[in-house]
Amino acid sequence: MQFGIFTVGDVTTDPVTGGTPSEHERIKSMVAIARKAEEVGLDVFATGEHHNPPFVPSSPTTMLGYLAAQTDKLILSTSTTLITTNDPVKIAEDFAMLQHLADGRVDLMLGRGNTGPVYPWFGQDISKGIELAIENYHLLHRLWREDVVDWAGEFRTPLQGFTSTPRPLDGVPPFVWHGSIRSPQIAEQAAFYGDGFFANHIFWPTEHFVRLVGFYRQRFAHYGHGAPEQAIVGLGGQVFMRENSQDAVAEFRPYFDNAPVYGHGPSLAEFTQQTPLTVGSPQQVIDKTLTFRENFGDYQRQLFLMDHAGLPLKTVLEQLDLLGEVVPVLRRELDALRPANVPDGPTHEALVAAALAESDTEANSEGDSELETSSR
Amino acid sequence: MTPPAIAVVCAGISQPSSTRLLADRLAAATVADLPARTQIVTIELRELAHDIVNNLLAGFPSPALQRAIDQVVSADGLVTVTPLYNGSYNGLFKSFFDVLDPDALAGKPVLIAATGGTARHSLALEHAIRPLFSYLRAVTVPTAVFAATQDWGSAGSSGDALTARIERAGAGLAALIGRRRPAAAADPYALTTPFDQLLRSRGA
Repeated sequence: MQFGIFTVGDVTTDPVTGGTPSEHERIKSMVAIARKAEEVGLDVFATGEHHNPPFVPSSPTTMLGYLAAQTDKLILSTSTTLITTNDPVKIAEDFAMLQHLADGRVDLMLGRGNTGPVYPWFGQDISKGIELAIENYHLLHRLWREDVVDWAGEFRTPLQGFTSTPRPLDGVPPFVWHGSIRSPQIAEQAAFYGDGFFANHIFWPTEHFVRLVGFYRQRFAHYGHGAPEQAIVGLGGQVFMRENSQDAVAEFRPYFDNAPVYGHGPSLAEFTQQTPLTVGSPQQVIDKTLTFRENFGDYQRQLFLMDHAGLPLKTVLEQLDLLGEVVPVLRRELDALRPANVPDGPTHEALVAAALAESDTEANSEGDSELETSSR
Repeated sequence: MTPPAIAVVCAGISQPSSTRLLADRLAAATVADLPARTQIVTIELRELAHDIVNNLLAGFPSPALQRAIDQVVSADGLVTVTPLYNGSYNGLFKSFFDVLDPDALAGKPVLIAATGGTARHSLALEHAIRPLFSYLRAVTVPTAVFAATQDWGSAGSSGDALTARIERAGAGLAALIGRRRPAAAADPYALTTPFDQLLRSRGA
Protein backbone atom coordinates (compact mmCIF):
# COMPACT_ATOMS: atom_id res chain seq x y z
CA MET A 1 0.00 0.00 0.00
CA GLN A 2 1.33 3.39 -1.01
CA PHE A 3 0.52 6.66 0.74
CA GLY A 4 1.22 10.12 -0.50
CA ILE A 5 -0.01 13.61 -1.14
CA PHE A 6 -1.30 15.38 -4.21
CA THR A 7 -1.32 19.09 -4.77
CA VAL A 8 -3.36 21.38 -6.96
CA GLY A 9 -0.72 24.10 -6.77
CA ASP A 10 -3.21 26.91 -6.15
CA VAL A 11 -2.09 30.39 -5.11
CA THR A 12 -4.85 31.28 -2.67
CA THR A 13 -5.11 34.15 -0.20
CA ASP A 14 -4.88 32.92 3.38
CA PRO A 15 -8.33 33.86 4.73
CA VAL A 16 -6.95 34.21 8.27
CA THR A 17 -3.93 36.44 7.64
CA GLY A 18 -5.10 38.00 4.36
CA GLY A 19 -1.66 37.30 2.87
CA THR A 20 -1.18 35.85 -0.60
CA PRO A 21 2.02 33.99 -1.50
CA SER A 22 3.84 34.96 -4.68
CA GLU A 23 4.10 32.35 -7.42
CA HIS A 24 7.73 31.93 -6.49
CA GLU A 25 6.85 31.32 -2.84
CA ARG A 26 4.16 28.83 -3.79
CA ILE A 27 6.47 26.89 -6.10
CA LYS A 28 9.17 26.75 -3.42
CA SER A 29 6.51 25.69 -0.89
CA MET A 30 5.55 22.78 -3.13
CA VAL A 31 9.18 21.68 -3.15
CA ALA A 32 9.39 21.96 0.65
CA ILE A 33 6.14 19.98 0.97
CA ALA A 34 7.43 17.22 -1.31
CA ARG A 35 10.68 16.97 0.65
CA LYS A 36 8.73 16.85 3.88
CA ALA A 37 6.59 14.04 2.44
CA GLU A 38 9.70 11.95 1.98
CA GLU A 39 11.04 12.90 5.42
CA VAL A 40 7.89 11.72 7.22
CA GLY A 41 7.86 8.41 5.34
CA LEU A 42 5.27 8.95 2.62
CA ASP A 43 5.69 7.12 -0.68
CA VAL A 44 4.29 9.48 -3.31
CA PHE A 45 4.20 13.16 -4.24
CA ALA A 46 1.91 14.10 -7.13
CA THR A 47 1.42 17.51 -8.71
CA GLY A 48 -1.47 18.76 -10.80
CA GLU A 49 -1.14 20.44 -14.18
CA HIS A 50 -2.82 23.77 -14.85
CA HIS A 51 -2.48 26.47 -17.47
CA ASN A 52 -4.26 29.37 -15.84
CA PRO A 53 -3.98 31.51 -12.70
CA PRO A 54 -4.22 31.07 -9.74
CA PHE A 55 -2.36 27.79 -10.34
CA VAL A 56 1.42 27.50 -10.73
CA PRO A 57 2.16 23.95 -11.94
CA SER A 58 2.13 24.33 -15.73
CA SER A 59 5.32 22.31 -16.13
CA PRO A 60 5.13 19.19 -13.96
CA THR A 61 8.17 17.31 -15.27
CA THR A 62 10.37 20.34 -14.62
CA MET A 63 9.27 20.38 -11.00
CA LEU A 64 9.44 16.60 -10.64
CA GLY A 65 12.91 16.51 -12.24
CA TYR A 66 14.10 19.01 -9.64
CA LEU A 67 12.47 16.94 -6.90
CA ALA A 68 14.15 13.80 -8.24
CA ALA A 69 17.48 15.40 -7.33
CA GLN A 70 16.20 16.49 -3.91
CA THR A 71 14.74 13.15 -2.81
CA ASP A 72 15.85 9.53 -2.61
CA LYS A 73 12.82 7.32 -2.21
CA LEU A 74 9.72 9.32 -3.06
CA ILE A 75 7.71 8.25 -6.13
CA LEU A 76 7.14 11.36 -8.25
CA SER A 77 3.79 11.49 -9.97
CA THR A 78 1.07 13.74 -11.37
CA SER A 79 -2.56 14.45 -10.57
CA THR A 80 -3.23 14.82 -13.42
CA THR A 81 -1.29 15.06 -16.70
CA LEU A 82 -3.57 16.38 -19.44
CA ILE A 83 -3.83 13.65 -22.07
CA THR A 84 -6.24 15.78 -24.10
CA THR A 85 -4.26 18.96 -24.70
CA ASN A 86 -0.64 17.79 -24.38
CA ASP A 87 1.03 16.21 -27.37
CA PRO A 88 1.36 12.50 -26.51
CA VAL A 89 4.80 12.51 -28.15
CA LYS A 90 5.99 15.17 -25.71
CA ILE A 91 4.48 13.27 -22.76
CA ALA A 92 6.34 10.14 -23.90
CA GLU A 93 9.63 12.04 -24.13
CA ASP A 94 9.29 14.12 -20.95
CA PHE A 95 8.30 11.28 -18.67
CA ALA A 96 10.87 8.86 -20.08
CA MET A 97 13.56 11.48 -19.46
CA LEU A 98 12.23 12.03 -15.94
CA GLN A 99 12.15 8.29 -15.35
CA HIS A 100 15.89 8.02 -16.16
CA LEU A 101 16.82 10.99 -13.99
CA ALA A 102 14.76 9.66 -11.06
CA ASP A 103 16.04 6.08 -11.46
CA GLY A 104 12.53 4.84 -12.05
CA ARG A 105 10.76 6.70 -9.21
CA VAL A 106 8.12 8.02 -11.61
CA ASP A 107 4.58 7.31 -12.61
CA LEU A 108 1.79 9.51 -13.89
CA MET A 109 -1.93 9.99 -13.77
CA LEU A 110 -3.75 10.96 -16.93
CA GLY A 111 -6.86 13.10 -16.96
CA ARG A 112 -8.85 15.14 -19.41
CA GLY A 113 -8.88 18.43 -17.53
CA ASN A 114 -12.03 20.39 -16.81
CA THR A 115 -10.92 23.96 -17.51
CA GLY A 116 -12.78 24.74 -20.73
CA PRO A 117 -10.51 27.41 -22.26
CA VAL A 118 -7.41 25.19 -21.99
CA TYR A 119 -8.70 23.15 -24.93
CA PRO A 120 -8.86 26.04 -27.42
CA TRP A 121 -5.66 27.56 -25.99
CA PHE A 122 -3.92 24.33 -26.99
CA GLY A 123 -5.77 24.01 -30.28
CA GLN A 124 -8.28 21.35 -29.23
CA ASP A 125 -12.05 21.00 -28.93
CA ILE A 126 -13.49 20.19 -25.49
CA SER A 127 -16.41 18.35 -27.05
CA LYS A 128 -13.84 15.80 -28.30
CA GLY A 129 -12.43 15.25 -24.79
CA ILE A 130 -13.06 11.51 -24.63
CA GLU A 131 -11.87 10.92 -28.21
CA LEU A 132 -8.68 12.92 -27.51
CA ALA A 133 -8.02 10.91 -24.34
CA ILE A 134 -8.46 7.61 -26.16
CA GLU A 135 -6.47 8.42 -29.29
CA ASN A 136 -3.65 10.26 -27.53
CA TYR A 137 -3.18 7.56 -24.92
CA HIS A 138 -3.17 4.84 -27.53
CA LEU A 139 -0.28 6.63 -29.25
CA LEU A 140 1.54 7.25 -25.94
CA HIS A 141 1.18 3.57 -25.06
CA ARG A 142 2.74 2.54 -28.37
CA LEU A 143 5.57 5.11 -28.24
CA TRP A 144 6.79 3.58 -24.98
CA ARG A 145 6.51 -0.01 -26.16
CA GLU A 146 7.52 0.05 -29.85
CA ASP A 147 10.96 1.31 -30.85
CA VAL A 148 9.76 2.58 -34.22
CA VAL A 149 6.23 3.89 -34.63
CA ASP A 150 4.20 4.69 -37.73
CA TRP A 151 1.05 6.56 -36.78
CA ALA A 152 -1.88 8.36 -38.32
CA GLY A 153 -4.76 9.65 -36.22
CA GLU A 154 -7.25 12.47 -36.13
CA PHE A 155 -5.63 14.85 -33.69
CA ARG A 156 -1.92 15.20 -34.39
CA THR A 157 0.29 15.21 -37.41
CA PRO A 158 1.19 11.68 -38.62
CA LEU A 159 4.44 9.94 -37.66
CA GLN A 160 6.58 7.82 -39.96
CA GLY A 161 9.52 5.88 -38.54
CA PHE A 162 9.44 7.81 -35.27
CA THR A 163 11.42 6.70 -32.23
CA SER A 164 10.60 8.40 -28.93
CA THR A 165 13.79 8.97 -26.94
CA PRO A 166 15.03 8.22 -24.41
CA ARG A 167 13.57 4.73 -24.41
CA PRO A 168 11.88 3.90 -21.07
CA LEU A 169 14.29 2.94 -18.27
CA ASP A 170 14.98 -0.82 -18.29
CA GLY A 171 12.53 -1.11 -21.18
CA VAL A 172 9.63 -0.62 -18.75
CA PRO A 173 7.35 2.41 -19.24
CA PRO A 174 6.18 4.44 -16.25
CA PHE A 175 3.05 3.06 -14.62
CA VAL A 176 -0.07 4.92 -15.74
CA TRP A 177 -3.15 5.79 -13.72
CA HIS A 178 -6.28 7.11 -15.36
CA GLY A 179 -8.23 9.62 -13.30
CA SER A 180 -11.88 10.39 -13.81
CA ILE A 181 -14.66 11.97 -11.84
CA ARG A 182 -17.61 10.68 -13.84
CA SER A 183 -16.80 9.00 -17.14
CA PRO A 184 -17.21 5.24 -17.43
CA GLN A 185 -15.27 5.45 -20.72
CA ILE A 186 -12.12 6.38 -18.77
CA ALA A 187 -12.65 3.53 -16.27
CA GLU A 188 -13.05 1.28 -19.32
CA GLN A 189 -9.84 2.68 -20.84
CA ALA A 190 -7.89 1.94 -17.64
CA ALA A 191 -9.35 -1.58 -17.58
CA PHE A 192 -8.59 -2.20 -21.27
CA TYR A 193 -4.86 -1.55 -20.85
CA GLY A 194 -4.61 -3.08 -17.38
CA ASP A 195 -3.58 0.34 -16.02
CA GLY A 196 -4.51 1.85 -12.67
CA PHE A 197 -7.72 3.76 -12.03
CA PHE A 198 -7.63 6.73 -9.68
CA ALA A 199 -10.94 7.88 -8.23
CA ASN A 200 -10.43 11.36 -6.88
CA HIS A 201 -13.52 11.16 -4.74
CA ILE A 202 -12.71 14.09 -2.44
CA PHE A 203 -15.40 16.43 -3.71
CA TRP A 204 -18.15 13.92 -4.39
CA PRO A 205 -20.25 11.42 -2.46
CA THR A 206 -18.84 7.93 -2.03
CA GLU A 207 -21.71 6.00 -3.67
CA HIS A 208 -20.95 7.52 -7.07
CA PHE A 209 -17.32 6.35 -6.98
CA VAL A 210 -18.21 2.94 -5.59
CA ARG A 211 -20.14 2.38 -8.83
CA LEU A 212 -17.30 3.72 -11.01
CA VAL A 213 -14.57 1.69 -9.27
CA GLY A 214 -16.79 -1.41 -9.31
CA PHE A 215 -17.23 -0.98 -13.05
CA TYR A 216 -13.46 -0.60 -13.55
CA ARG A 217 -12.72 -3.75 -11.52
CA GLN A 218 -15.24 -5.77 -13.48
CA ARG A 219 -13.90 -4.56 -16.85
CA PHE A 220 -10.27 -5.14 -15.72
CA ALA A 221 -11.20 -8.80 -15.24
CA HIS A 222 -13.14 -8.83 -18.52
CA TYR A 223 -9.98 -7.83 -20.41
CA GLY A 224 -8.02 -10.65 -18.79
CA HIS A 225 -5.67 -8.70 -16.53
CA GLY A 226 -6.66 -10.62 -13.40
CA ALA A 227 -9.51 -10.95 -10.97
CA PRO A 228 -11.59 -7.84 -10.15
CA GLU A 229 -9.93 -7.55 -6.74
CA GLN A 230 -6.50 -7.48 -8.44
CA ALA A 231 -7.24 -4.27 -10.35
CA ILE A 232 -5.06 -1.29 -9.36
CA VAL A 233 -7.10 1.35 -7.56
CA GLY A 234 -6.05 4.72 -6.14
CA LEU A 235 -8.19 7.02 -4.03
CA GLY A 236 -8.09 10.63 -2.97
CA GLY A 237 -8.55 11.96 0.52
CA GLN A 238 -8.52 15.28 2.32
CA VAL A 239 -7.66 15.71 5.99
CA PHE A 240 -6.87 18.34 8.58
CA MET A 241 -5.66 17.13 11.96
CA ARG A 242 -4.90 18.36 15.43
CA GLU A 243 -4.53 16.25 18.56
CA ASN A 244 -7.91 17.61 19.70
CA SER A 245 -10.61 17.38 17.08
CA GLN A 246 -12.21 20.65 18.26
CA ASP A 247 -8.90 22.44 17.62
CA ALA A 248 -8.76 20.97 14.13
CA VAL A 249 -12.29 22.14 13.33
CA ALA A 250 -11.73 25.64 14.72
CA GLU A 251 -8.45 26.10 12.85
CA PHE A 252 -9.61 24.62 9.52
CA ARG A 253 -13.06 26.23 9.37
CA PRO A 254 -12.02 29.58 7.79
CA TYR A 255 -10.02 27.70 5.15
CA PHE A 256 -12.96 25.40 4.47
CA ASP A 257 -15.50 28.21 4.36
CA ASN A 258 -13.48 30.19 1.82
CA ALA A 259 -11.93 27.32 -0.13
CA PRO A 260 -11.95 27.41 -3.92
CA VAL A 261 -14.16 24.64 -5.38
CA TYR A 262 -16.48 24.06 -2.41
CA GLY A 263 -16.29 27.21 -0.24
CA HIS A 264 -19.52 29.06 0.59
CA GLY A 265 -21.46 25.89 -0.25
CA PRO A 266 -22.23 22.95 2.03
CA SER A 267 -21.35 23.39 5.70
CA LEU A 268 -18.22 21.74 7.10
CA ALA A 269 -20.49 19.27 8.92
CA GLU A 270 -22.35 18.36 5.71
CA PHE A 271 -19.17 18.10 3.68
CA THR A 272 -17.39 15.83 6.16
CA GLN A 273 -20.47 13.63 6.27
CA GLN A 274 -20.92 13.43 2.50
CA THR A 275 -17.31 13.34 1.24
CA PRO A 276 -14.00 11.79 2.41
CA LEU A 277 -12.94 15.04 4.11
CA THR A 278 -11.91 14.45 7.73
CA VAL A 279 -11.26 17.34 10.08
CA GLY A 280 -10.38 16.02 13.50
CA SER A 281 -7.94 13.97 15.50
CA PRO A 282 -5.40 11.57 13.97
CA GLN A 283 -7.54 8.68 15.21
CA GLN A 284 -10.56 10.06 13.34
CA VAL A 285 -8.47 10.23 10.17
CA ILE A 286 -7.43 6.61 10.67
CA ASP A 287 -11.02 5.50 11.24
CA LYS A 288 -12.39 7.35 8.23
CA THR A 289 -9.60 6.22 5.90
CA LEU A 290 -10.19 2.59 6.87
CA THR A 291 -13.80 2.96 5.66
CA PHE A 292 -12.43 3.59 2.14
CA ARG A 293 -11.29 -0.04 1.96
CA GLU A 294 -14.72 -1.21 3.15
CA ASN A 295 -16.33 0.78 0.33
CA PHE A 296 -13.87 0.18 -2.52
CA GLY A 297 -12.08 -3.06 -1.61
CA ASP A 298 -8.35 -3.49 -1.10
CA TYR A 299 -6.57 -0.75 -2.97
CA GLN A 300 -3.03 0.26 -3.81
CA ARG A 301 -2.58 3.99 -3.40
CA GLN A 302 -4.00 6.62 -1.08
CA LEU A 303 -3.25 10.27 -1.84
CA PHE A 304 -4.23 13.12 0.47
CA LEU A 305 -4.84 16.75 -0.43
CA MET A 306 -3.05 18.74 2.30
CA ASP A 307 -1.95 22.12 0.98
CA HIS A 308 -4.78 24.01 -0.70
CA ALA A 309 -7.15 26.87 0.20
CA GLY A 310 -4.42 29.20 1.41
CA LEU A 311 -3.13 27.08 4.29
CA PRO A 312 0.28 28.49 5.29
CA LEU A 313 3.36 26.38 4.61
CA LYS A 314 4.14 26.06 8.32
CA THR A 315 0.70 24.55 8.95
CA VAL A 316 1.00 22.19 5.99
CA LEU A 317 4.37 20.93 7.25
CA GLU A 318 2.84 20.34 10.71
CA GLN A 319 0.01 18.45 9.03
CA LEU A 320 2.55 16.28 7.23
CA ASP A 321 4.23 15.49 10.55
CA LEU A 322 0.86 14.29 11.82
CA LEU A 323 0.24 12.37 8.61
CA GLY A 324 3.60 10.71 9.14
CA GLU A 325 2.24 9.35 12.43
CA VAL A 326 -1.08 8.25 10.95
CA VAL A 327 0.26 6.50 7.86
CA PRO A 328 2.23 3.71 9.62
CA VAL A 329 -0.97 2.71 11.42
CA LEU A 330 -2.97 2.72 8.19
CA ARG A 331 -0.19 0.87 6.38
CA ARG A 332 -0.10 -1.84 9.03
CA GLU A 333 -3.87 -2.24 9.12
CA LEU A 334 -4.41 -2.21 5.36
CA ASP A 335 -1.41 -4.40 4.50
CA ALA A 336 -2.58 -6.97 7.06
CA LEU A 337 -6.07 -7.03 5.57
CA ARG A 338 -4.93 -7.30 1.96
CA PRO A 339 -5.08 -10.89 0.61
CA ALA A 340 -1.86 -12.34 -0.85
CA ASN A 341 -3.21 -12.36 -4.42
CA VAL A 342 -3.92 -8.61 -4.43
CA PRO A 343 -0.91 -6.67 -5.76
CA ASP A 344 0.91 -3.98 -3.78
CA GLY A 345 1.22 -0.43 -5.11
CA PRO A 346 3.08 -0.27 -8.42
CA THR A 347 6.83 0.49 -8.40
CA HIS A 348 9.42 0.51 -11.15
CA GLU A 349 11.26 -2.41 -9.48
CA ALA A 350 8.09 -4.50 -9.40
CA LEU A 351 7.31 -3.71 -13.05
CA VAL A 352 10.88 -4.65 -14.07
CA ALA A 353 10.62 -7.91 -12.12
CA ALA A 354 7.26 -8.67 -13.74
CA ALA A 355 8.69 -7.95 -17.21
CA LEU A 356 11.66 -10.23 -16.51
CA ALA A 357 9.40 -13.00 -15.26
CA GLU A 358 7.31 -12.68 -18.39
CA SER A 359 10.32 -12.85 -20.71
CA ASP A 360 11.66 -15.84 -18.73
CA THR A 361 8.35 -17.61 -19.25
CA GLU A 362 8.53 -16.85 -22.95
CA ALA A 363 12.16 -17.97 -23.11
CA ASN A 364 11.29 -21.17 -21.27
CA SER A 365 8.41 -21.96 -23.56
CA GLU A 366 10.70 -21.33 -26.55
CA GLY A 367 13.28 -23.55 -24.89
CA ASP A 368 10.65 -26.27 -24.43
CA SER A 369 9.77 -26.21 -28.08
CA GLU A 370 13.46 -26.46 -29.03
CA LEU A 371 13.76 -29.39 -26.69
CA GLU A 372 10.80 -31.03 -28.32
CA THR A 373 12.32 -30.42 -31.75
CA SER A 374 15.67 -31.85 -30.77
CA SER A 375 14.13 -34.87 -29.11
CA ARG A 376 12.25 -35.72 -32.28
CA MET B 1 -48.03 -3.42 -15.48
CA THR B 2 -46.76 -0.95 -12.89
CA PRO B 3 -48.93 2.16 -12.57
CA PRO B 4 -47.40 5.41 -13.78
CA ALA B 5 -45.75 7.86 -11.42
CA ILE B 6 -46.12 11.62 -11.57
CA ALA B 7 -43.67 14.02 -9.97
CA VAL B 8 -44.94 17.46 -9.03
CA VAL B 9 -42.25 20.14 -8.81
CA CYS B 10 -43.46 23.17 -6.91
CA ALA B 11 -41.35 26.32 -6.55
CA GLY B 12 -43.79 28.23 -4.33
CA ILE B 13 -42.10 30.23 -1.61
CA SER B 14 -44.80 31.23 0.87
CA GLN B 15 -46.46 28.61 3.03
CA PRO B 16 -49.18 27.81 2.24
CA SER B 17 -48.75 28.96 -1.35
CA SER B 18 -51.21 29.37 -4.19
CA THR B 19 -48.49 27.75 -6.33
CA ARG B 20 -48.87 24.56 -4.31
CA LEU B 21 -52.64 24.87 -4.53
CA LEU B 22 -52.43 24.98 -8.33
CA ALA B 23 -49.91 22.11 -8.35
CA ASP B 24 -52.24 19.88 -6.34
CA ARG B 25 -55.21 20.62 -8.59
CA LEU B 26 -53.17 19.89 -11.72
CA ALA B 27 -51.95 16.59 -10.25
CA ALA B 28 -55.52 15.62 -9.36
CA ALA B 29 -56.74 16.50 -12.85
CA THR B 30 -53.97 14.40 -14.39
CA VAL B 31 -54.54 11.26 -12.34
CA ALA B 32 -58.29 11.49 -13.00
CA ASP B 33 -57.45 10.25 -16.49
CA LEU B 34 -54.85 7.65 -15.45
CA PRO B 35 -55.00 4.18 -13.79
CA ALA B 36 -56.30 4.17 -10.24
CA ARG B 37 -52.99 3.42 -8.53
CA THR B 38 -51.03 6.20 -10.19
CA GLN B 39 -48.45 7.55 -7.75
CA ILE B 40 -47.97 11.24 -7.09
CA VAL B 41 -44.86 12.59 -5.40
CA THR B 42 -44.70 16.29 -4.68
CA ILE B 43 -41.38 18.05 -4.36
CA GLU B 44 -41.45 21.39 -2.59
CA LEU B 45 -38.27 23.09 -3.79
CA ARG B 46 -38.39 25.45 -0.82
CA GLU B 47 -37.37 22.55 1.42
CA LEU B 48 -34.38 21.86 -0.86
CA ALA B 49 -33.36 25.48 -1.46
CA HIS B 50 -30.04 25.33 0.42
CA ASP B 51 -29.21 21.92 -1.04
CA ILE B 52 -29.83 23.23 -4.57
CA VAL B 53 -27.46 26.17 -4.07
CA ASN B 54 -24.89 23.86 -2.47
CA ASN B 55 -25.12 21.58 -5.48
CA LEU B 56 -24.51 24.54 -7.81
CA LEU B 57 -21.40 25.46 -5.79
CA ALA B 58 -19.97 22.09 -4.80
CA GLY B 59 -21.03 20.07 -7.83
CA PHE B 60 -22.90 17.25 -6.13
CA PRO B 61 -26.34 16.85 -4.54
CA SER B 62 -27.08 16.16 -0.88
CA PRO B 63 -28.84 12.84 -0.19
CA ALA B 64 -32.21 14.62 0.09
CA LEU B 65 -31.74 16.46 -3.20
CA GLN B 66 -30.55 13.27 -4.87
CA ARG B 67 -33.79 11.56 -3.81
CA ALA B 68 -35.82 14.40 -5.33
CA ILE B 69 -33.78 14.30 -8.55
CA ASP B 70 -34.25 10.53 -8.79
CA GLN B 71 -38.02 10.95 -8.34
CA VAL B 72 -38.18 13.57 -11.09
CA VAL B 73 -35.95 11.69 -13.52
CA SER B 74 -37.76 8.37 -13.07
CA ALA B 75 -41.30 9.84 -13.18
CA ASP B 76 -43.50 9.13 -16.19
CA GLY B 77 -44.61 12.74 -16.28
CA LEU B 78 -43.98 16.03 -14.51
CA VAL B 79 -46.22 18.79 -13.27
CA THR B 80 -44.09 21.93 -12.76
CA VAL B 81 -45.41 25.08 -11.16
CA THR B 82 -43.53 28.29 -10.40
CA PRO B 83 -44.55 31.69 -9.17
CA LEU B 84 -43.60 34.39 -11.68
CA TYR B 85 -40.91 36.81 -10.54
CA ASN B 86 -39.95 39.78 -12.72
CA GLY B 87 -41.70 38.30 -15.71
CA SER B 88 -40.22 34.79 -15.53
CA TYR B 89 -39.79 31.65 -13.37
CA ASN B 90 -38.26 32.30 -9.96
CA GLY B 91 -34.59 31.56 -9.35
CA LEU B 92 -35.31 28.50 -7.22
CA PHE B 93 -37.26 26.86 -10.05
CA LYS B 94 -34.52 27.52 -12.61
CA SER B 95 -31.74 26.44 -10.23
CA PHE B 96 -33.40 23.06 -9.65
CA PHE B 97 -33.49 22.33 -13.37
CA ASP B 98 -29.94 23.67 -13.67
CA VAL B 99 -28.57 20.91 -11.42
CA LEU B 100 -30.17 18.10 -13.46
CA ASP B 101 -28.12 16.39 -16.16
CA PRO B 102 -28.82 18.11 -19.48
CA ASP B 103 -30.35 14.90 -20.88
CA ALA B 104 -32.32 13.97 -17.77
CA LEU B 105 -35.70 15.18 -19.04
CA ALA B 106 -35.33 14.31 -22.73
CA GLY B 107 -38.67 13.03 -24.03
CA LYS B 108 -40.43 13.42 -20.70
CA PRO B 109 -44.03 14.74 -20.71
CA VAL B 110 -44.17 17.99 -18.73
CA LEU B 111 -47.15 20.13 -17.79
CA ILE B 112 -46.10 23.73 -17.20
CA ALA B 113 -47.99 26.09 -14.94
CA ALA B 114 -47.42 29.34 -13.08
CA THR B 115 -48.99 31.70 -10.61
CA GLY B 116 -48.86 35.47 -10.52
CA GLY B 117 -50.52 38.58 -9.22
CA THR B 118 -52.43 39.53 -12.33
CA ALA B 119 -53.25 37.97 -15.69
CA ARG B 120 -50.83 40.41 -17.39
CA HIS B 121 -48.01 37.93 -16.63
CA SER B 122 -49.62 34.89 -18.17
CA LEU B 123 -47.57 34.77 -21.38
CA ALA B 124 -44.39 34.26 -19.34
CA LEU B 125 -45.32 30.58 -19.58
CA GLU B 126 -44.83 30.80 -23.35
CA HIS B 127 -41.81 33.07 -23.57
CA ALA B 128 -39.80 31.81 -20.56
CA ILE B 129 -40.95 28.49 -19.19
CA ARG B 130 -41.80 26.52 -22.32
CA PRO B 131 -38.41 27.43 -23.92
CA LEU B 132 -36.63 26.08 -20.83
CA PHE B 133 -38.26 22.70 -21.29
CA SER B 134 -37.76 22.83 -25.05
CA TYR B 135 -34.05 23.28 -24.37
CA LEU B 136 -34.15 20.23 -22.10
CA ARG B 137 -35.94 18.32 -24.90
CA ALA B 138 -38.93 17.59 -22.72
CA VAL B 139 -42.37 17.23 -24.33
CA THR B 140 -44.60 19.98 -22.98
CA VAL B 141 -48.37 19.73 -22.86
CA PRO B 142 -49.82 22.28 -25.31
CA THR B 143 -52.11 23.73 -22.65
CA ALA B 144 -50.17 25.72 -20.05
CA VAL B 145 -51.99 26.92 -16.96
CA PHE B 146 -51.69 30.34 -15.41
CA ALA B 147 -53.53 31.28 -12.24
CA ALA B 148 -53.72 34.92 -11.15
CA THR B 149 -54.84 35.91 -7.68
CA GLN B 150 -58.22 36.89 -9.08
CA ASP B 151 -58.84 33.37 -10.45
CA TRP B 152 -59.01 31.88 -6.96
CA GLY B 153 -62.15 33.94 -6.34
CA SER B 154 -64.06 32.42 -9.25
CA ALA B 155 -66.69 29.78 -8.74
CA GLY B 156 -65.31 26.24 -8.33
CA SER B 157 -67.60 24.52 -10.82
CA SER B 158 -66.13 23.06 -13.99
CA GLY B 159 -67.79 25.88 -15.80
CA ASP B 160 -65.23 28.49 -14.78
CA ALA B 161 -62.22 29.26 -16.91
CA LEU B 162 -59.39 28.19 -14.57
CA THR B 163 -60.97 24.85 -13.70
CA ALA B 164 -61.63 24.12 -17.35
CA ARG B 165 -58.06 24.91 -18.19
CA ILE B 166 -56.72 22.74 -15.34
CA GLU B 167 -58.85 19.81 -16.54
CA ARG B 168 -57.74 20.27 -20.17
CA ALA B 169 -54.07 20.48 -19.16
CA GLY B 170 -54.33 17.45 -16.83
CA ALA B 171 -56.02 15.42 -19.57
CA GLY B 172 -53.27 16.51 -21.95
CA LEU B 173 -50.52 15.28 -19.63
CA ALA B 174 -52.37 12.03 -18.96
CA ALA B 175 -52.68 11.45 -22.71
CA LEU B 176 -48.93 11.99 -23.25
CA ILE B 177 -48.11 9.63 -20.38
CA GLY B 178 -50.52 7.03 -21.75
CA ARG B 179 -48.79 7.08 -25.14
CA ARG B 180 -45.34 6.80 -23.71
CA ARG B 181 -43.40 3.74 -22.63
CA PRO B 182 -42.72 3.64 -18.88
CA ALA B 183 -39.86 5.91 -17.86
CA ALA B 184 -36.48 4.35 -17.20
CA ALA B 185 -33.77 6.59 -15.84
CA ALA B 186 -30.54 6.34 -17.88
CA ASP B 187 -27.68 4.51 -16.15
CA PRO B 188 -24.81 7.02 -16.00
CA TYR B 189 -22.34 4.14 -15.55
CA ALA B 190 -23.33 2.31 -18.72
CA LEU B 191 -20.94 2.46 -21.66
CA THR B 192 -22.80 3.53 -24.76
CA THR B 193 -20.04 2.49 -27.17
CA PRO B 194 -17.81 -0.59 -26.68
CA PHE B 195 -14.19 0.41 -26.08
CA ASP B 196 -12.67 -1.50 -28.99
CA GLN B 197 -15.07 0.37 -31.25
CA LEU B 198 -14.01 3.71 -29.74
CA LEU B 199 -10.39 2.67 -30.27
CA ARG B 200 -10.86 1.40 -33.83
CA SER B 201 -12.10 4.78 -34.97
CA ARG B 202 -9.10 6.52 -33.39
CA GLY B 203 -5.96 6.17 -35.47
CA ALA B 204 -3.50 3.30 -35.69
